[in-house]
Amino acid sequence: MEVSDLTAWVQEFARLVALERDELTALDSAIGDGDHGFNMDRGLSAAVAALEASPPESPSALFKTVGMTMISKVGGASGPLYGTAFLRMAASAGSPVDAAGFAQVLHAALEGVVARGKASVGDKTMVDALTPAVEAFDAALASGGDPFQAAADAAEKGREATIPLVARKGRASYLGERSAGHPDPGATSVTLLMRAAATTLGNAG
Amino acid sequence: MKKLINDPANVIADALHGLAAAHPELRVDFENRVIVRGDAPVRGKVGLVSGGGSGHEPLHGGFVGPGMLDAACAGEVFTSPVPDQMVAATQAVDGGAGVLHIVKNYTGDIMNFELAAEMVAADSGTEVATVVIDDDVAVQDSLYTAGRRGVGATVLVEKIAGAAAEEGRPLAEVAEVAGKVNAYARSMGLALTSCTVPAAGRPTFDLPDDQMEVGIGIHGEPGRRRVPVAPANEIAEMLVSPILTDLDFTGGDGVICFVNGMGATPLIELYVMFHEVNQLLAKNGIPVARSLVGPYITSLDMAGCSVTLLKADDELLRLWDAPVNTPALRRGV
Repeated sequence: MEVSDLTAWVQEFARLVALERDELTALDSAIGDGDHGFNMDRGLSAAVAALEASPPESPSALFKTVGMTMISKVGGASGPLYGTAFLRMAASAGSPVDAAGFAQVLHAALEGVVARGKASVGDKTMVDALTPAVEAFDAALASGGDPFQAAADAAEKGREATIPLVARKGRASYLGERSAGHPDPGATSVTLLMRAAATTLGNAG
Repeated sequence: MKKLINDPANVIADALHGLAAAHPELRVDFENRVIVRGDAPVRGKVGLVSGGGSGHEPLHGGFVGPGMLDAACAGEVFTSPVPDQMVAATQAVDGGAGVLHIVKNYTGDIMNFELAAEMVAADSGTEVATVVIDDDVAVQDSLYTAGRRGVGATVLVEKIAGAAAEEGRPLAEVAEVAGKVNAYARSMGLALTSCTVPAAGRPTFDLPDDQMEVGIGIHGEPGRRRVPVAPANEIAEMLVSPILTDLDFTGGDGVICFVNGMGATPLIELYVMFHEVNQLLAKNGIPVARSLVGPYITSLDMAGCSVTLLKADDELLRLWDAPVNTPALRRGV
């Protein structure tokens, strides 16, 4: 994967978030403060614009631009979480990135999100979609499947599994039992990230 | 929605221009949305920086000035500011003695201030300490949740730590005083109506005319429970009793009692509430040493109030009484 492929991934992620903006916001209104779709759309639009304004020369530079832009533009909790994920990806990305290298990049992203948010699987957060995605990517890589599609499918299952959970992190946790019955907005945006990877970087792309 | 605004998207920028025009003694960095004490950085003094989502005015920008904050960062309504703002504020107030970040315990605020502190550490030699405010007894504290919210105690921390910094005490001591205020303060709030976020244009939650929401936060998030509207003496009981259950306020030098308006409640009602709270405390053998009554940490146009009690000692009372000169709190100057 060259810089151009990874740029296409970020662009596709931004496109999906813009498309699902109102849906993400509606999910966040149910159990949070109703700004996830709006904030993510604002941050990713700025990231895509920054990549166009000064095209990065390496995967690492690309991820760094995206991470810094998310931190500067998004606010709330998702800005630092996605920003940290992309900055950790920047630190672990070689050039170019092969499938095994992409697995490392995903692990770094997950470690960054966990370190920043201090959430575990089952807390009803981004981690509930990202963790199974990273594990599925590794497994498919070892068994010869399409790791990108496997990761996207696993993220979607992880998102669905957040529906019955009671939130233990973030603003949704103030609702206690009332947070159950809704999918987590952060886990939902992670599924868009992985779906974008499947269509731009995987066999389907 | 009936509000005194122009374009809802410009509410924060327009309000910052108003604040700057009304208070020429402050500097406003419009690009970063940072309000700075006019004479900052003060050489040799610990700088105090706070910030958070807008909509809680006068918190935090109205508390910038001698004796309180050196700078405040204004986020979008009810959304944490971003690290760039906090870095700009920290750099603007670094007088060589370090900077204390006063952070309300919300996931977004915590992470953005944490990132800002890392960015400052990577960029410059400025020493940054952080105190997290989490005084809201409405949220059950647990190792497994985001924990209690930062509400009314924030005002008391900013005043008392501000006085400690003004005395020229070192960063570790100012941080310790701030932590002590947080440790000995508890709050509980109640809403009679929801609030309306300008960009949303409609009330955040529906609250029937004959109901009130007990245990609310400051962002229109739902509370502990919904109950029928009651007289002030019963409301005082609903607010004070969970606070007294949570911490023993007897002994010591009495309490600083803060009855706060949520934005749309008139002072006459807040004084009715203060009377009831004061009587309840007397009945429990807790003398009120100092008081603060008014809208100081609000939730836009929500009607309702919160009660904050701080268990005081000589040091805290002395710092509470020290001069302060800010747009929203001014005495002894």
